[in-house]
Amino acid sequence: MGEHHGPMKGIKRWLFATNHKDIGAMYLWFSFIMFLTGGFMAMIIRAELMYPGLQLVDPNFFNQMTTTHGLIMVFGAVMPAFVGLANYMVPMMIGAPDMALPRLNNWSFWILPFAFSLLIIAIIQSFLGIADAPNFGWTFYAPLSTKYGPASTDFFIFSVHMMGISSIMGAVNVIVTIFNLRAPGMTLMKMPLFVWTWLITAFLLIAVMPVLAGAVTMMLTDRHFGTSFFDAAGGGDPVLFQHVFWFFGHPEVYIMILPAFGIVSAIIPTFARKPLFGYASMVYATASIAFLSFLVWAHHMFTVGLPLAGNLFYMYMTMLIAVPTGVKVFNWVATMWKGSMTFEVPMLFSIAFVVLFTIGGFSGLMLAITPVDQQYHDTYFVVAHFHYVLVSGAVFSIVAGVYYWLPKWTGRMYNVGLAKLHFWASLIFVNLLFFPMHFVGLAGMPRRYSDYSLQFADFNWWISIGGFGFGLSQLILLWILIDVCFRKKGESVSDQVWDGAEGLEWTLPSPAPYHSFTTPPVVK
Amino acid sequence: MAEKTTHYYVPEQSPWPFITAISLFLVAFGAANFIQQNSGSGIAANDGTSGSYILALGIAGIVIMMFVWFRDTIKESLANMNSAQMDRSYRMGMMWFIFSEVMFFGAFFGALFYVRILAVPWLGGAGEEAMTHELLWPDFQAMWPLTLTPGGATTEAMPAWGLPFLNTVLLVTSSITLTIAHHALVAGQRNKLLISLFLTLVLGFAFLFFQVEEYVHAYTEMGLTLDAGIYGSTFFMLTGFHGMHVTIGATMLTIMFLRALKGNLTPDNHFAFEASAWYWHFVDVVWLFLFVCVYWL
Repeated sequence: MGEHHGPMKGIKRWLFATNHKDIGAMYLWFSFIMFLTGGFMAMIIRAELMYPGLQLVDPNFFNQMTTTHGLIMVFGAVMPAFVGLANYMVPMMIGAPDMALPRLNNWSFWILPFAFSLLIIAIIQSFLGIADAPNFGWTFYAPLSTKYGPASTDFFIFSVHMMGISSIMGAVNVIVTIFNLRAPGMTLMKMPLFVWTWLITAFLLIAVMPVLAGAVTMMLTDRHFGTSFFDAAGGGDPVLFQHVFWFFGHPEVYIMILPAFGIVSAIIPTFARKPLFGYASMVYATASIAFLSFLVWAHHMFTVGLPLAGNLFYMYMTMLIAVPTGVKVFNWVATMWKGSMTFEVPMLFSIAFVVLFTIGGFSGLMLAITPVDQQYHDTYFVVAHFHYVLVSGAVFSIVAGVYYWLPKWTGRMYNVGLAKLHFWASLIFVNLLFFPMHFVGLAGMPRRYSDYSLQFADFNWWISIGGFGFGLSQLILLWILIDVCFRKKGESVSDQVWDGAEGLEWTLPSPAPYHSFTTPPVVK
Repeated sequence: MAEKTTHYYVPEQSPWPFITAISLFLVAFGAANFIQQNSGSGIAANDGTSGSYILALGIAGIVIMMFVWFRDTIKESLANMNSAQMDRSYRMGMMWFIFSEVMFFGAFFGALFYVRILAVPWLGGAGEEAMTHELLWPDFQAMWPLTLTPGGATTEAMPAWGLPFLNTVLLVTSSITLTIAHHALVAGQRNKLLISLFLTLVLGFAFLFFQVEEYVHAYTEMGLTLDAGIYGSTFFMLTGFHGMHVTIGATMLTIMFLRALKGNLTPDNHFAFEASAWYWHFVDVVWLFLFVCVYWL
């Protein structure tokens, strides 16, 4: 009980962690491991699809790969990475010592590896040929997941419950931290945009994760207790599942992109050496997107036979989201306009984010148009769309954030040459991987099949090459991280690290002290 | 115990959250096995009894962890380690947690409204979804409560003005007595606090008793069961989860009663009491919606 006490020694520091940086680091490593795991599944998918016909895996196993790839990437890679960044950065950005509820924070994190072990056990069993992993697509539509789901579906259901508890508790912590632990003078409209976007993301998480819990609970009772929520013979409706799922699922999309907006809004001003253009409009745009995200869920269901008025309503609401999103893209570009730009690695990833995310946004706008969506639905065009938004969008922003803050976390600069190689390889391969999917999708190639018609063969060969290239490129990132985090390589950096960087996190030493701010800084 | 910085308070590291996470894993893993081994639904049954033991171990773990975790927190609070800022964090945390619970019930209310307003009428031939009706169940009549399903399951509807109405009166009264208890706590009137809190508990447990009565009646005499179609599904899902939340709330209030007996709730330091009270009022409001939407209309 001295003047200052550090963390517990050895493994206890991590198992019983209450420190926001320790927990943030664990979230980020967990997420990266899941990213490589889900990526490995993507490699199997692309290997099978490299040539027409069946060559490597049987169709049932293929379906298990697409399902678990999606689940692991969404719930295991992207979401925990953002939570990790929030844990690490939000207290430092608002001048707090730690998160508001540090023990709850530990619980939120440690639930996750256990939750995923339920899913991973099923996948290992599937690899060994003992039992099937979930095979109904990451959206687990009824009745595929109720009447026809394999035994592992029940473990999957409880796994989702655990992820939900983790996300909700994590989000409660973020909101409370932001509302209650801001340094004096840090008014809401002075908060960095990453803090703002996370505040709104946390609200979305608390609002929709319980709805997902409700959906899987109804699945469980339909499977085992005789209820008829998703069974028309009992008066229920399989389409009800889709409504409940997408009421969660669409805000979930924004949960995975709003923090990305925040990261990019932190990086671009630094390397353009200009303040963010239109700060207030960025805040309002984020809030509008979050609000609209509750009113667009049925645009995932244009082909299920909704009443015409329903389809039209969801079409217009969806197109409306392009307005605040457009404001954001405009602001990023306007921030760069006439700036003294330099192109460090985080900036490269951020610029790629702006361009490629916009492509994903435009294809989303195409998909929003009901009559044409009835053609595009469940084709590779949809796959192309959401991978542009999630891989070259969300994942690129996470990587940009890691390259931006890594020197602050470790006190050392990573290998910049390798990082640039990582960027260019990722940029080229991600486009080779996902751009041709637009073409095969528009030509009618359906998603979630292990085989395809011969006319799609050439494009699919190139797509697979892009996939393997993108997957291998991520190993460069793995090496860079090991190098700087464990081998302690790299030159020491200053407190500010980047010469255009502004904000409280850059006033702390690099690496930051154990309790970030023990006395609140004063913000002018 | 914990470090006091010049301004900010940061609690010590604790082993309990990690062990709670393990316990939660045992609950999940045990429950999935238990359900497969016991539901007899034919889907994915695996043999054995392992599920019940793992589940029991997990639940025991969570109960013990809640006890020790809260014990530490209470000790720290009584040792005056908590700043006003910490107190605000707890309050906000509880409010947002209750909001998440609201959304959880929202999912089931949403399902209820969807089947009542859209799915069942469509099955009966209304609107653009008429083909299911014509091709699969041309004799099916849309109605609510749905006492005869397209598949032929039958049930009776639960009348609102018997036990459910009594339960409404009990729960609303309990919210009033709880508010009296809260005012007494703030005013430092110990006896009034204990009596009205005790009354709240009696009313809460009476509610649970009658709820069990109602379920027994539904299962044994009315044919209203989980597999009686969508009416039974929504009925039991909504009232069942509500009952579970009443049980949690009553447990919280029981602990508050014990703490009040020990005298460790004071007029200016009683966050746990307020959190339990908010939770109880939330459960009460959910019931009012249930009474109107599930039983009455």
